[in-house]
Amino acid sequence: MGTSTDLTRLTAAETAAAVAGGEVSAVEVAQAHLDRITAVDGRVHAFLHVDTEGALAAATAVDSARASGAALSPLAGVPLALKDVLTQRGIPTTCGSRILEGWRPPYDATVTARLKAAGVVILGKTNMDEFAMGSSTEHSAYGATHNPWDLERIPGGSGGGSAAAVASYEAPLAIGTDTGGSIRQPAAVTGTVGVKPTYGAVSRYGLVALASSLDQAGPCARTVLDAALLHATIAGHDPLDSTSADVPVPDVVAAALRADVRGLRIGVVKELGGEGYQAGVRQRFDETVELLTGLGAEVVEVSCPNFPYALAAYYLILPSEASSNIAKFDGMRFGIRVGEDDGSPSVEQVMGRTRAAGFGPEVIRRIMLGTYALSAGYYDAYYGQAQKVRTLIARDFAAAFDTCDVLVSPTAPTTAFKLGEKLDDPLAMYLHDIATIPANLAGTPGMSLPIGLAPEDGLPVGMQIMAPAMADDRLYNVGAAVEAALLERWGRPILEEAPSL
Amino acid sequence: MADTPSITRDDVAHLARLARIDLPPDSLDHYAEQLDVILGAVAQVSEVAADDVPAMSHPLPLVNVFRADVVRPSLSNAEALSGAPSVESERFRVPRILDEE
Repeated sequence: MGTSTDLTRLTAAETAAAVAGGEVSAVEVAQAHLDRITAVDGRVHAFLHVDTEGALAAATAVDSARASGAALSPLAGVPLALKDVLTQRGIPTTCGSRILEGWRPPYDATVTARLKAAGVVILGKTNMDEFAMGSSTEHSAYGATHNPWDLERIPGGSGGGSAAAVASYEAPLAIGTDTGGSIRQPAAVTGTVGVKPTYGAVSRYGLVALASSLDQAGPCARTVLDAALLHATIAGHDPLDSTSADVPVPDVVAAALRADVRGLRIGVVKELGGEGYQAGVRQRFDETVELLTGLGAEVVEVSCPNFPYALAAYYLILPSEASSNIAKFDGMRFGIRVGEDDGSPSVEQVMGRTRAAGFGPEVIRRIMLGTYALSAGYYDAYYGQAQKVRTLIARDFAAAFDTCDVLVSPTAPTTAFKLGEKLDDPLAMYLHDIATIPANLAGTPGMSLPIGLAPEDGLPVGMQIMAPAMADDRLYNVGAAVEAALLERWGRPILEEAPSL
Repeated sequence: MADTPSITRDDVAHLARLARIDLPPDSLDHYAEQLDVILGAVAQVSEVAADDVPAMSHPLPLVNVFRADVVRPSLSNAEALSGAPSVESERFRVPRILDEE
């Protein structure tokens, strides 16, 4: 590589090839990204912890392996930002919560272990809404992340740190987790690519659970191919996760290289668009649908009549599962303990004090909502009914996929809103995930990729592509085709339109 | 079909007690207002006629997962206790578990 090459601007695929070909060392790549983080993260705040020593050691190991002639994996030497909801042995893992401040897990999540085994260089842990509850990262106990496109705006959430790290060239790759849109919505508002794989495709072992039947980890990247390479690295059956799917991972990398939509039937979901969606979001989405027709796809409108109830069902199911999962944070076995020295308190009093001091308002709201929905007298009307609506949403998907290969919609109803704008209006915040939630309820995969800037505010717009369970490869095929056609139209990647930091 | 009951300050205090969160009394009214708005919105699920629809608790058909009953590496005692706020005699040390009365 020439000395003028900015290593932080390369894609993951280019970086891996340069490392494998000996044009650059993994240590040089890691150092370039650590320098970039030092230079810009004071303003972006994508990271909660930067592991300089660990990153350089991992990069050194890749360089030594190459020197010894060992075969390198397709992402060896590529830096990555890890969402702080996944454990990494010995590295602080807070989930954006005060209650886990200072906790250093004694084990690696399976995702972390697979990244390490593949020679991926983990730079550090990224900021997030506390326990992944939120759409803006403003619910992080450690301060919000800022959108690199406009530092006064939200980077999306809960995985705003991962998306912002990728968008601001702090890392070419990041891991996110998506329970109701936490990979896809941040991707949409930062002009990046994010994929929620099929439920069960990526192990949840070591992923601190928000809602166990909805959570799924997945890739964040600047290109569809990079996301596919990361997807292929982390996906696959894991005996340590009893909900891990024991089926082959679809060849997502081959699909990203195919990039051909000719003959595919693509359904535009009638219920995910129109009223409530910003004009510039609708405009870019409609243009992209036209583009797909031009590329040889057959585009049809499909109706998913129960999708309008998805948000309501989700905000009963998620808090119910979360209130149960988060019961383990009680100040006894890990994390902080508060109020033990005040008199001779009982264990219950210490738990109450610890949880009041350790949880932020959104976590408290959702715990109480879940506790309410699960309580005797309300269970059938709320939680039970929500589970039935969940069935109807899965049936809507099944009917739509009877006639369509993939479905598309805008990823989010608006571009990035201002920090603080919706912070004390929980329902307004929830509405930003209205288009992404159905896929979590059904367990089906979804991708967001950038399709342009909204004319009224110059901010990125995302398109969501949805596929049937275990057909994640279709997302990459269609996404790569759209990406290539848009790149040809624009002449350069969309992130080059972002102001330099 | 569910009516949408309005959430009172006392309801919030009760839920907080059930959830073991020692909320400051001056926060109860604000949480009550917000939970009321959210519950009003999620009560929409009752508009869907779904009496004959089975409940879906999970996206995958779940089966119990077994493994062979053989010893495998696990955390050491010290590792398991490494994150604890208080440790004594190689165990988690906790406050008293019985009430005084």
